[in-house]
Amino acid sequence: MIAYIREFSKYFITIFMAIYTLECFMVFRYSTEEKRNGIYTRQCVFMFLTHGAAFLSLCVQTGDMEYLFFYGFEQIILFASICMFQMLYPNGNRLIINNMCMLLGIGFIMLARLSMTKAIKQFLIVVVSMVFVLLIPYIMRKYKSLRDLTWLYALAGVVSLGGVLFLGSLTNGSKLSFSIGGVTFQPSEMVKIVFVFLIAGILSKSHNLLQIVKAGSLAAVHVLILVLSRDLGSALIFFVVYFAMVFFATGKIRYLALGAGSGAAASVLAYRIFTHVQVRVQAWRDPWSVIDSEGFQITQSLFAICSGGLFGLGLLQGTPKSIPYVETDFIFAAITEELGIIFSLCLILICLSCFIMFVNISLHLRDEFYQLTAFGLGICYIFQVFLTIGGGVKFIPLTGVTLPLVSYGGSSVLATLVMFAVIEGLYIIRQEEEIRLAREKSIRERKRIRSSQTEKNAQIRDREEF
Amino acid sequence: MHKLETEKNFRQKKFAIMFSCYIFVFLFLSLMGYIGYYSATHYQELLNNNYNGRQKVLQSKNTRGTIFADNYDVLAQTVLDDAGDEVREYPFENIFSHVVGYTAKGKTGIEADYNYYLINSSLPITEKLDAENKEEKVPADNVVTTLNVNLQETVEKALGVYRGAVIVTEPSTGKILAMVSKPDFDPNRIASIWEDVVADTDSSSLLNRSTQGLYPPGSTFKIFSALEYIRENPATYENYSYQCNGSFTCNGDKISCYHGTKHGLVSFRKSFAKSCNSSFANIGVQLNKTSFAKTLDEMLFNQPLSVKFNYKESSIQVSEDTSSYDMMQTAIGQGKTQITPLQLNMVTGAIANGGKAMIPYVVDRIETAEKQVVKSYAPKMEKQIMTEEEAAILTDLMEDVVEEGTGSKLSGLSYTAAGKTGSAEYNATKGDSHAWFTGFAPVENPKICVTVIIEGAGSGGDYAVPIAKRVFDAYLD
Repeated sequence: MIAYIREFSKYFITIFMAIYTLECFMVFRYSTEEKRNGIYTRQCVFMFLTHGAAFLSLCVQTGDMEYLFFYGFEQIILFASICMFQMLYPNGNRLIINNMCMLLGIGFIMLARLSMTKAIKQFLIVVVSMVFVLLIPYIMRKYKSLRDLTWLYALAGVVSLGGVLFLGSLTNGSKLSFSIGGVTFQPSEMVKIVFVFLIAGILSKSHNLLQIVKAGSLAAVHVLILVLSRDLGSALIFFVVYFAMVFFATGKIRYLALGAGSGAAASVLAYRIFTHVQVRVQAWRDPWSVIDSEGFQITQSLFAICSGGLFGLGLLQGTPKSIPYVETDFIFAAITEELGIIFSLCLILICLSCFIMFVNISLHLRDEFYQLTAFGLGICYIFQVFLTIGGGVKFIPLTGVTLPLVSYGGSSVLATLVMFAVIEGLYIIRQEEEIRLAREKSIRERKRIRSSQTEKNAQIRDREEF
Repeated sequence: MHKLETEKNFRQKKFAIMFSCYIFVFLFLSLMGYIGYYSATHYQELLNNNYNGRQKVLQSKNTRGTIFADNYDVLAQTVLDDAGDEVREYPFENIFSHVVGYTAKGKTGIEADYNYYLINSSLPITEKLDAENKEEKVPADNVVTTLNVNLQETVEKALGVYRGAVIVTEPSTGKILAMVSKPDFDPNRIASIWEDVVADTDSSSLLNRSTQGLYPPGSTFKIFSALEYIRENPATYENYSYQCNGSFTCNGDKISCYHGTKHGLVSFRKSFAKSCNSSFANIGVQLNKTSFAKTLDEMLFNQPLSVKFNYKESSIQVSEDTSSYDMMQTAIGQGKTQITPLQLNMVTGAIANGGKAMIPYVVDRIETAEKQVVKSYAPKMEKQIMTEEEAAILTDLMEDVVEEGTGSKLSGLSYTAAGKTGSAEYNATKGDSHAWFTGFAPVENPKICVTVIIEGAGSGGDYAVPIAKRVFDAYLD
């Protein structure tokens, strides 16, 4: 019986996930949120069904009620978040919130399966962050001076990254984090957002060469500190975000070409200078020859990806724990092994739909600072997804970044939640702008009608007088 | 004016956004395609990797599948020993040791190449789940080979205490009917005899000589030299003649016939039938080196083969720079040339099969424990290595070898055979030689193709041909 439930849940999870993903793209067929409402509601249903089937399978197989309790709490929090956002911000974009919850939920399933302690820890972080994140759209709306704080952003970014470089603790040869009172912080996650604000602030003033160079030198400082900390994944993200934003602000392809060229030169240089870069590249080109050492992680990840098949082995049926750092850098491999290739490709598509929504929002904003922010955050998000998934499947060399919202890691989850909330805030600003414009337009219209009416009346009166 | 600015700004932003969208959509679609493609093409290979922990999981769920001969005789199966532990049993002991392989100290042979099927079960999901609920193991898939027990036993007995290898195939399909390599070992006891077997580098009994043994081809190579001479002189090769006085000298280098035999005036046909070294050395120095090198490539020298099992590539060195001495040596199958019995068998099979070299294969199909076919392997052609006409001419020449040449032990039987013998000298000073024979029967409708090598036995005609005869007898009578 247990085995039957496990097998059936496997197929149900895939089907629910596929429907959810399909709905993600159906959204783009309609231009207004009202028309999308039905889709969003269906998405919520399939989200809960997906998670429910997964936790049922976990619970039945282990006979441990802990999973059901966890599922209950998790669903309450996700459901509450969706409701709260809708109540507080009726003009908000629900796709972003739905996807945010779906990705968190997928993370919870996998973390609960891998380690309940970590799942609970992650859950608590999400609960606390969510309270904070709910306020962000409000703050964004209230304080329009966010664009003027560029020097504060620069200072915050450089100081916290520099702090890690000098005070941080080493993890696998990279300085990523520091601890205060037993809590570990990884500032580069949050600095990514601050960095986008910084560049947006500078470039929205003007996009002449001076501003571009100013932004560029600040970006260079960030990237250099990260390179010195050996956090090459984050360094690459900052680099790409800067050039993408300059390209967006100026609309000139030559900046992308410059970025690509200098990126290539920097990569070659990094390959020459740093042995750990050489090791990574070697492990990417032929992990099988170094399967005992540098290639171990990636080959174990490939084993996981290839053993699941279309529908996966079923939860608890694989061996994802043989991959070192599976909860953070390799969660995608674990998902593919146990939930199947269809599921993990759907996961990729969900991430992609987030990105498309982000830049879509950016397109319709009127204020350039907001446009740049939305665009920059979108690039930052999707590029990180590409680095982690591409690295885990040997599509590109491994850089060791997390899969936003799915991977285990407090700083990463908090930062991504903030990112989603900022975009949500921008969307709300745009909606309200549009409503205001529409109202102004209608007032003007009414005024025009009224004035023409008065004119007519006056004429009539005039005529009557004659 | 202001409105124009905004309009321009909007279009510019839209371009940047569409551009980045396309880039990332493209990147992610490639990524998704890559994941799908990689997992679809690598899942077997990766599961077979010893570092993959999944193997252990499958072992705990499924009982390793059985390997069958073509008539369902068991070649390898998993049984319970007295203590109730699973052990791999090989009922024929040494006889199939190389081709079937073992699982104890790493995996080899079919046990390694078809490990994926032997540990996975394709039974219906309901049966698997029922078994799981009853906490029973599920039988994994079985492998049905093309191996013929009768032939394999015949070959094994015929080789006796000699070292060497025999490979028997069906020319029209490439099915391997028997494959023996000596010395061999008992796969049932591989774990306990491992140290001794590995330490004994002289006999290297773990090596499958039929696919991985590299030998000088000796006079069997005259098949290739003859083919090249025919290709270069299609109209006139029949007019060739040579006066053999037991040796041939060119630029001060001398080649002698086997045991110094003087063959007298020989035609092309007779040179081949009597395996006259002097005459072929004479042919060798006349060959066009570039065209010869091309022919040898076509004959699968220095080429990767499409077989599914482990093998070595045969190697030969012929180029513009090859000296006349090397050409003489190469033409009679001595010198630097190294060939596997496998490749020689493929070429012989192609001669029997109208020039089409089939890919040798040893597994016919994969079945579930309930004999449902999971996957079957159809015969596939490696390539057409010569024309039908060339194949017919070579068959004719090889028939003469049997009728009036070095393979006469095969003449006057109930079937007709064609082939080529070889005595490959590997120790020039002592005159020790490996005995070769490669050939097929019946000539009219070839059903079986045999390649034999016996290390250090002596002449092919005396030692290798009788073994081929026993195989032909066993299969055709």
